Amino acid sequence: MIQFTNISKSFDEVKAVRNVSLSIDEGQLFGFIGPDGAGKTTLFRMLNSLLIADEGSIELFGLDPHKDYKKVRQIIGYMPGKFSLYYDLSIEENLNFFATVFGTTIEENYHLIEDIYKQIEPFKKRHAGKLSGGMKQKLALCCALIHKPKLLLLDEPTTGVDAVSRREFWDMLKSLKSKGITIVVSTPYMDEAGMCDSVALMQNGQIHAVESPKAIVDNFQKELLAVKCNDMYKALLTLRNYENCYNVYPFGEYLHYIDKRDSKPIEDINDCLLKHDLQEIEINPVKPDIEDCFIELTRKLSV
Amino acid sequence: MENEQVIIVRDLVKKFGDFTANAGLNFHVDKGEIFGFLGANGAGKTTAMRILCGLSSPTSGLVEVAGYNVKTHAEEVKKRIGYMSQKFSLFEDLTIWENMRFFSTVYGMNKTAFKERGEMLLRKLELFEKRNRLVSTLSLGWKQKLAFTVAILHEPSIVFLDEPTGGVDPITRRQFWEMIYEAADNGITVFVTTHYMDEAEYCNRVTIMVDGRIDALDTPAKLKEKYQVNSMNDVFLALAR
Repeated sequence: MIQFTNISKSFDEVKAVRNVSLSIDEGQLFGFIGPDGAGKTTLFRMLNSLLIADEGSIELFGLDPHKDYKKVRQIIGYMPGKFSLYYDLSIEENLNFFATVFGTTIEENYHLIEDIYKQIEPFKKRHAGKLSGGMKQKLALCCALIHKPKLLLLDEPTTGVDAVSRREFWDMLKSLKSKGITIVVSTPYMDEAGMCDSVALMQNGQIHAVESPKAIVDNFQKELLAVKCNDMYKALLTLRNYENCYNVYPFGEYLHYIDKRDSKPIEDINDCLLKHDLQEIEINPVKPDIEDCFIELTRKLSV
Repeated sequence: MENEQVIIVRDLVKKFGDFTANAGLNFHVDKGEIFGFLGANGAGKTTAMRILCGLSSPTSGLVEVAGYNVKTHAEEVKKRIGYMSQKFSLFEDLTIWENMRFFSTVYGMNKTAFKERGEMLLRKLELFEKRNRLVSTLSLGWKQKLAFTVAILHEPSIVFLDEPTGGVDPITRRQFWEMIYEAADNGITVFVTTHYMDEAEYCNRVTIMVDGRIDALDTPAKLKEKYQVNSMNDVFLALAR
């Protein structure tokens, strides 16, 4: 188990992490979801012993990352946000290097990386600097796995990677999880929350919620309506000025609208939009997704 | 004017030696439209966008932007467009106001026009009181909103956004899209490239490029209907996988 207890960390005036407590079960695929500047990287670097917390304690499979840093580093596979590959070494040389540093060989743990490595093996003589984003990501993952870590720590592995490669990457993580590796991953993309067993929603150094993605969505108390019409910008301004509006914001092709009242307000909203000459109006109740929950949680905190 | 076409692309081909980056693209973009330009890494998006911005010349085909042929009148095109990229848009070691003044000069705005419009835009952004702050002290979300404001400072016909909203929180992101809606409402055409499919959902129409071709072009709703899926991400996976 991984346990954070009242962890805080500041850099000069910037409070990067504020009193964070949470636990992560062994064998989980756990996601830290939050925008740039939320404190995800700082938290990761305290967990892997590269930073020391100002306050609080961390326990990682019975170890203290501060005191037992040598042991902790051996059981963690860490993939930082900017892949730490040697660009003037080939694919094969990079992998060999990381295996040697951890006192192992490619052969010994090949079964762990086989599925991923096979995809880049045809190019194994190519310099890492000449690989596409998707290929770099796969190589970096192999390098982080080659010493058979108990915990795989991935800091924004999918940032800047296209949709197809992102999907493949999550499939790889699921397969690694089935081999018994605990995986902790961070991402600014809310739509990736659904891929995790549990997620922590994080912003401004604080945790808004820690739960399964399903529970987070189920806990959304309010009735959410998706609104569409011929002029979305005008509809947005109209609804924002509507007296019973609790919140309204663009959501892809739709506006998401929440009313102050508990009763179903579809008719009233329809009338309000019609009165402002809007046409082709469509209003439907929808299930919230993680972004809706994040917005609501942020709103609750700021009020 | 209704449905005035501000971008016209006919049979656009761009080759680099033997490699065909754009293999006969055809599309148009209407005035005030929010147009999404999607594709995987290496699909040919950047090549096409460089041509639309007048930075690269087509091998063959016709490309008209803001009423000018990009091959023969690239400089006229450049005056009428704005550009914002997530990677580089602002000078970190200049203040907000200095950044705006710099770009106003690049776009050849006169001083009076700049002062008036610059102040108006900054007030709307609620950054006017903070105009003497260094850009490096702003959060990513504020930088993005400011970068967009700078890109529309000279009232371009078209603004090109290259992966604009990556990494910011959901609320800031929506404020950013509201700014885009407002610009479009004021008649500025918005051309967005991204490989994050949820950004595509905000566009009026989207194209999806695969291997140098346009494999799909329609509204997000119609594309989802056609491929019988619930999100643009799934449309994209159906096409690009």
